[in-house]
Amino acid sequence: MEKLEGEKHVKYILSVEKRKDDFESLVMDHLRINGAYWGLTTLDLLHKLDCVDQEEAVSWVMQCYHEDCGGFGGNVGHDPHLLYTLSAVQILVLFDKLDVLDVEKVSNYVSGLQNEDGSFSGDMWGEIDTRFSYCAICCLSILHRMDKINVEKAVNYIVSCKNLDGGFGCTPGGESHAGQIFCCIGALAITGSLHHVDKDLLGWWLCERQCKDGGLNGRPEKFADVCYSWWVLSSLIIIDRAHWIDKSKLINFILNCQDKEKGGISDRPDNAVDVFHTYFGVAGANYLSV
Amino acid sequence: MHGRPRNGPRSEESAAKAGKLRDLQAQLLHNHHNRIYTNEARAASARLLEINPEIYTAWNYRKLALQSNLKEVTDVEAIKAFVEEELRVVEAALRQNPKSYGAWYHRKWVLNHKFSPANFDHEYWLLGRLMKLDPRNFHGWNYRRFLAALSNVPEVEELMYTMEMIDSNFSNYSAWHNRSFLLSNLLKQKAQGFVSKEKILTDEYDLVHQALFTEASDQSGWFYFLWLLDQTVSPDQPLVASSWPAHGSSWVVSTNRSKSDCRLFPFESSNSCYYLPMSIVPIILYFNQPVSGVSSSTVTVNSVFTSNEDITWRPLSLAKSENAHCWVTYLKISDARSNGTSSVEISLGHSQDIKSAHGSPHTCPVLLKFTIELNCIDAEQPGGEFGEELFVFNSDQVCLPYEDFPISSFDQLKISENHAPVASSWDVETLSNEISLFKGSPDDNCKFVKLTLARLLVAYDAMMSERSPSLQKKTHSEEVLKFFDDLIQLDPVHAKFYEDQRSLVILDQVTFDKESLMKNYGRLCKLASSSHHYHVLQLNKLSLTRIGFVERLLWVQILDLSHNEIQSISGLEALQLLTCLNLANNQLNSFAALEPLRLLSSLRVLDVSFNKIGSYLIDTKRYLCSSPMSHTVDIKEVIKEFQDTEIADYWEVIFIFKELQLTQLNIEGNAVANDNLSLLLKKTIPGLIWLNGDRVQ
Repeated sequence: MEKLEGEKHVKYILSVEKRKDDFESLVMDHLRINGAYWGLTTLDLLHKLDCVDQEEAVSWVMQCYHEDCGGFGGNVGHDPHLLYTLSAVQILVLFDKLDVLDVEKVSNYVSGLQNEDGSFSGDMWGEIDTRFSYCAICCLSILHRMDKINVEKAVNYIVSCKNLDGGFGCTPGGESHAGQIFCCIGALAITGSLHHVDKDLLGWWLCERQCKDGGLNGRPEKFADVCYSWWVLSSLIIIDRAHWIDKSKLINFILNCQDKEKGGISDRPDNAVDVFHTYFGVAGANYLSV
Repeated sequence: MHGRPRNGPRSEESAAKAGKLRDLQAQLLHNHHNRIYTNEARAASARLLEINPEIYTAWNYRKLALQSNLKEVTDVEAIKAFVEEELRVVEAALRQNPKSYGAWYHRKWVLNHKFSPANFDHEYWLLGRLMKLDPRNFHGWNYRRFLAALSNVPEVEELMYTMEMIDSNFSNYSAWHNRSFLLSNLLKQKAQGFVSKEKILTDEYDLVHQALFTEASDQSGWFYFLWLLDQTVSPDQPLVASSWPAHGSSWVVSTNRSKSDCRLFPFESSNSCYYLPMSIVPIILYFNQPVSGVSSSTVTVNSVFTSNEDITWRPLSLAKSENAHCWVTYLKISDARSNGTSSVEISLGHSQDIKSAHGSPHTCPVLLKFTIELNCIDAEQPGGEFGEELFVFNSDQVCLPYEDFPISSFDQLKISENHAPVASSWDVETLSNEISLFKGSPDDNCKFVKLTLARLLVAYDAMMSERSPSLQKKTHSEEVLKFFDDLIQLDPVHAKFYEDQRSLVILDQVTFDKESLMKNYGRLCKLASSSHHYHVLQLNKLSLTRIGFVERLLWVQILDLSHNEIQSISGLEALQLLTCLNLANNQLNSFAALEPLRLLSSLRVLDVSFNKIGSYLIDTKRYLCSSPMSHTVDIKEVIKEFQDTEIADYWEVIFIFKELQLTQLNIEGNAVANDNLSLLLKKTIPGLIWLNGDRVQ
């Protein structure tokens, strides 16, 4: 009987923290803070957050802070961006260290990225995507500063990205994709706006992500991938349709994607593991086993 | 991150690659921080982005470099050269990763700035190449939308492109999606050539049939078909589906001058009665889709009891939405002094301001009329309230209905008289055709064929019963139920989805008309303490998983839903007259699941024993329920009299129960039930007389 190799995954994540110089790590150097968030959250889920040197982690996070604007970059020296500002805030919350932040400054950075139509840019360069709506809303909710943005407009923009299949895309007219759906549903949930969602329609689209091998894909006619165990499953949970998939088949798929020797979870069985899929697999397995 | 084999070969090559990447990245950050924009520096950044287009700081650097360099340049050709260099860098990056957000955005950013006139031929050529490699690349489709806007390509042309893509490969969900998006825009605008929705949809049905009957195993066509079906059956206009009191009903209100309550009896029988605390008669309007704008300016209530200006309507919605299926107002009888009969008239349809969520106005004129005979007496009237004695659901006090069933409120609002005549029967014909087509499908074991047929038959029955309510019986329910049973066998992974759909069909069957309600489950109940009867509906042991068709149940006072599989009671908030509710032995998995009850001001007796409250770590109703986490509850208001520990563990209990005026509650048999919870419940519900069958001290 397969089981979740919690200890091995903890070891794997701690090893990733040490590794910075091989090609695979370098290629993700610019979003290290995002990887750190996923890794640390996994440790927390497995009750091993204390294996990490909290002071060191917090100090490194603050090195990614841009004093002049209030945003965080993906790693030391990289430009500020909403994605990494959220990761930074989330990491600090994990360690219960929000007090190191200039909350006013950070929330001004985030709220300053809202556009006239309610959408959010990722950074000063202006790329718009509903992922950024989620980052902003989630971040400000954690910081208790949602009053700094125009919530109604933010919600209206997200709703304008709702598609005829019930799903959501990055921008109006963008094809439904599980990752975008998670971001939109998450943002709508935090702002008490789930009444805009046709839960039966979207629920069916989401539950049809479950493939024959039990895994979930991100959109029709694609292959299953462990990361969708998070994006699709969380979305289903939020709209109360998680019972529309087969839990045990999904958990088997996830467990089969583990590297049972070295730890870590990959996107598909026998592929290379990484910290992101390790989180998605552990989180997914956690929900399904209770 | 994706699609790399585990235990791939590690070699010196890898170490060299790593070294090169490290150097280029260090160079980039150095140049960026020091604002060095020389040719050499920029070339290094281009090499970096070719290896790793995900380094967003490098794209930022290039934007700054471009801006800096263009500041000193006025020569048109020189500007063009700089711009083309950027576009080349993007092209190289996209070759490496056609899904790089940074690369695509950089291209859009450059073109948007219009430093130099765009070469749209080249753009479409590049896009074409990338889309050929991956027709599902949504970055490509988004970029196409961007180009169309930038170069003013009309939507009709883009629609033709989707046709090209679909023609070359039916299995292209992205093309179908874009087609649906463009078509729905063109239909909404009533653009030239898109005025007749019926003609457009007919053509689309023909198109999708080709896809479905050649590539039945591909899902794309089935999702597109579902959209077409929705377009075919969706009511354009909101309509009133039902009301309480029912149109044409007659009531006697008996009120006692000294007490503040009253009783409402149907004219025909003084035995059944609605007990109304505070002498308020609720008036409920249930629409066929959620609407906003119901108010005293859009709905006129004419009565001797209150002037229309003093009437306030509220939506029966838990969310902070202005849209709701169900709207309620209250007619205050207590101030009336003189006895006698008067009629209450409710009219709507004179204003355009009642609108569906899509903006369609309710314009159909509706006149709802019922009479009230007011009877003020001096004597004390016994009973009517639930509380003093323990109410047991399965008692033998529940008896069979009289032969001449005096419930006129069973009948739905006779809206067929008020309807605008239906212009065409295209929709009914289309459904018929589609049903025949799929029934003739040779693919017997395709789940999508069965599911689609089930949906078509349900839609067909619903449409027919709306058109001619008195004629149509549900002819297809049994067939539909059989389809869902087949589907559960064929596609067990989605069994619970099919069970939820099945549940709605069963509910439809048993509540369809007076005959079905009476035949199986309509009963009257007699309480020992009074001579009054109450309207009971027993819907137990039907394998129900959720609630539906509440517009037919607005008259119910006692509802028995025990011994089902119910995990959601969403919809029950419409049952404003509900006094006793039995949800024992179901699958409710949290207190948040009980939130719909918060709006039931008449509810006195609640049984949620033997459910699953507290059995699961994750509450799937967490965000559907109002809560501080969704910024829909002011927690300070809720917690005023409670301690921190009580709030942390049981804040939903406090939030949901403190507004209810329950006299009787049963929560035993749930994992969450314990002494602490019992204490908290007694504190939260001061009027509680019975808890888990025992009298509260």
